[in-house]
Amino acid sequence: MKSLGSIRRDFAPWNDPNAKPYIQFENVTKKFGEFTAVNNLSLTIFEREFFALLGASGCGKSTLLRMLAGFEEPTAGRILLDGQDLRGIPPYRRPVNMMFQSYALFPHMSVEKNIAFGLKQEGMPAPDIEKRVAEMLKLVKLEQFAKRKPHQLSGGQRQRVALARSVAKRPKVLLLDEPLGALDKKLREETQFELMDLQQNLGLTFVVVTHDQEEAMTMADRIAIIDKGEVMQVATPAEVYEAPSSRFVAHFVGNVNMFEGKVAERAANTTRITGTTGAQIVVENSTDSKAGSDIVFAIRPEKIKVTSKKPADAVNALEGEVYDVAYLGDMTVYHIRLDDGQIIRASALNAARVTEDPLTWNDRAWVSFRPDAGVVLTR
Amino acid sequence: MNATWSRFNVTSVVLGFAFLYLPIVLLVVFSFNESKLVTVWGGFSTKWYVSLFHNQGLMDATWVTARVGVISATVATVLGTLAALTLTRYTRFRGRILFSGMVFAPLVMPEVITGLSLLLLFVAVGLDRGFLTVTLAHITLTMCFVAVVVQSRLVSFDRSLEEAAMDLGATPVKTFFQITLPVIMPAIVSGWMLAFTLSLDDLVIASFTSGPGATTLPMKIYSQVRLGVTPEINAACTILIAVVAVGVIIASVANKRREVQRQLDEQAAQRG
Amino acid sequence: MSNIAITDAGPSTAAKPLLTRLGAGFVSRLVIIVPYLWLLFFFFIPFIIVFKISLSQSAIAMPPYTPVLDFTDGISGFFAGFRELSFDNYVWLTQDALYFKAYVTSVIIAAVSTILTLLVGFPIAYGMARAPATIRPTLLMLVILPFWTSFLIRVYAWIGILKPEGLLNQLLLSLHIINQPLIILNTYTAIFIGIVYSYLPFMVLPLYSSLEKMDYSLIEAAKDLGCPPTAAFWKITFPLSLPGVIAGCLLVFIPAVGEFVIPDLLGGSQTLMIGKTLWNEFFANRDWPVSSAVAVILLLLLIVPIMLFQQAQARAQEQDK
Repeated sequence: MKSLGSIRRDFAPWNDPNAKPYIQFENVTKKFGEFTAVNNLSLTIFEREFFALLGASGCGKSTLLRMLAGFEEPTAGRILLDGQDLRGIPPYRRPVNMMFQSYALFPHMSVEKNIAFGLKQEGMPAPDIEKRVAEMLKLVKLEQFAKRKPHQLSGGQRQRVALARSVAKRPKVLLLDEPLGALDKKLREETQFELMDLQQNLGLTFVVVTHDQEEAMTMADRIAIIDKGEVMQVATPAEVYEAPSSRFVAHFVGNVNMFEGKVAERAANTTRITGTTGAQIVVENSTDSKAGSDIVFAIRPEKIKVTSKKPADAVNALEGEVYDVAYLGDMTVYHIRLDDGQIIRASALNAARVTEDPLTWNDRAWVSFRPDAGVVLTR
Repeated sequence: MNATWSRFNVTSVVLGFAFLYLPIVLLVVFSFNESKLVTVWGGFSTKWYVSLFHNQGLMDATWVTARVGVISATVATVLGTLAALTLTRYTRFRGRILFSGMVFAPLVMPEVITGLSLLLLFVAVGLDRGFLTVTLAHITLTMCFVAVVVQSRLVSFDRSLEEAAMDLGATPVKTFFQITLPVIMPAIVSGWMLAFTLSLDDLVIASFTSGPGATTLPMKIYSQVRLGVTPEINAACTILIAVVAVGVIIASVANKRREVQRQLDEQAAQRG
Repeated sequence: MSNIAITDAGPSTAAKPLLTRLGAGFVSRLVIIVPYLWLLFFFFIPFIIVFKISLSQSAIAMPPYTPVLDFTDGISGFFAGFRELSFDNYVWLTQDALYFKAYVTSVIIAAVSTILTLLVGFPIAYGMARAPATIRPTLLMLVILPFWTSFLIRVYAWIGILKPEGLLNQLLLSLHIINQPLIILNTYTAIFIGIVYSYLPFMVLPLYSSLEKMDYSLIEAAKDLGCPPTAAFWKITFPLSLPGVIAGCLLVFIPAVGEFVIPDLLGGSQTLMIGKTLWNEFFANRDWPVSSAVAVILLLLLIVPIMLFQQAQARAQEQDK
């Protein structure tokens, strides 16, 4: 038996040119009157993938999910599921099931009736339904709550009923609309891992909509970042974080510092950038920008070192003053105002109990980073 | 105790309720009056109730009213629920403005106009005035009230319940009967009760649209009231009030109990 | 993974989704059509008939008006009948001062009663909205309960109270507040009392629902910012309760204009209101065309308030969403 981690590590059909796509959005556009919710969007999701649609509210991610479920029809383009065009197929005939943000538990039915609902629609014989319901109740650990009505359950229990109900029919794809949105933080973290286990054990394809980047990063195999109805980037959580494809993605996921400037000089492996404020930095080549063209260097706070003296061997070292210090326990966040006026955010892990170099407000400080610690962005 | 529940507030509520209830209480009290003079107390007696039950005309009218009420309330509940669905679910169709106008206007339309216009319709189509015409008239009036009651429930209805049902494989028709209808049922029931009482209560429209053999209780009471106040009418009114009051109180107590139970359940669920 | 079964049976059911859709479309159309046709036939068309008959002449026949406008004489007979229609009844209404006076009196009585109902209803609604949340549902039920008891009975109850030898006069005489019984029954005062009493729940309920929704911390904020309580009421509470005020006033005013039972039972024969006039014209004089004309003018009079009412309803519905 392979561990969950190793299964997930080996799972990367998106890198396999022969892998067959399972869900395909092909140039999908959805308009509501004048408003364009989804704009000429294409996306491919593979079988057994845990796929997250991440974006701010109103970005069109929920519309994508609703089109997949059949509650909305695309204005243009098509959606394929295992090669079959879904156009015109009503929600009650699609082999996908959805877990609703509000859970949408039927208030007049007990937990077991809720779970059995979809199976009854299918015309499954009663003894089989009973068996499946018992199985589902066991899966979500709600055996003793079978006869309760939804209002007699806590938030976490309701969430699990909704989950059990949506997987009871063994759908090809499970759609989850902000599945953990209504839970408190602690419960949410526990449930994230339960969802991942469930997805692995049942071998389902999960498409989850969320606005919570931490949730998406924890659970998903790949994340699609959506903004204004368009896909900004589709990549694994690590890629999204370490190699964002645009300023938007870099800003949207985690914290980032941006050095704006022009290409001053291009060498074999490195590019020298003159910042708009005058500072010179050297970064690793990652684009073929010509000298003089606009460029942005994006670097995460934890990749910047803050010291009170200039580090001897650093390629990039800029001087400034400590503007703000926030001690967060596990780490400390510094805001350094560089002498050219730009404010840099840097974080340091508090590995030792006492820091030997405690910087504080208004201290002079140096920030330094390696040429390959960030990414060059042109978009 | 709420700090904002001031003496002024308490006084106005108490006085307001006294104003609302005193006439009814007096009417009930004097229905047990021995004396024939309604306003002079002559001792306790239930003789007017006895004579009431020997008044064949009144008994007949009660029977007519009950039948008209049940039939019209039932049909009105079906039509009113459909109208409410139309108003909340179909935001765009030809003639929607006219439709919503026809639903809301009868709520405030002076009864004399509604009554007269319905009568003229029945004459125009050659329908004899009687039981059927009163029932049709009451359906038309009360379906609008049902529509408003059911509509206000549908507006707050969580549409994702229906989507969930369809997502799980239920067709739209099945979804309506298995999910929507059971969830809005309390509103439909109160719509029916409202329709029934409105029908029970109506004098003006019934006077216009009714014919021989279909005299309703309000029509009967009205014709007797015009001749003067009698303890017998007081007794009849008291019975009517009692029937409605008991019905409403039972319904609301049951409702209240359900709600309390629900709250207890929810609290227990949060703890457990 | 081969082809997934999207329809639950084999390929022969490929057309099934389409059929089901047609079915669903038909059902959803029925949902609209049935109540629509019903209201069209029993509410809208009758008004057209009322209007048509208001243009006819009274006749001693059944139905008691002419022309009847039907197709017994074929199309030509129908159109011949058309030429007989006239505005004579309306001309007659304007010439008889009685009708004009009845309209004006009805509007004034309805307006005054509406204001009185508002004055009586506002403190009650306000007191209810400020009541502890636990007893609010009970208070609400107590306001609704009289509404469930017969209108006719509630009006009737006032006869016993207001008549010269009635309970009110007995009380006042025994307290030596008055020496002579007050004549209230069969006056306009009795009509005001009757309307305020009967329509009070219609005023209190919308007022209560808008006042109850109001966040009391707004008042506290106003007071905190230096606003005295009276000013806070006029600057915060009242404007915020305005939708309820408007809805309540329309709910009282519109039916009160055409009220029949109250002026008939409490107002006696001396008072004049249009609902009673219409009733008498119809039942006593058996003049259907004139009573139709009276109804048409009454409707024209009320069309603006009715439209205001509908707009208020639509707006409230939007807010609920």
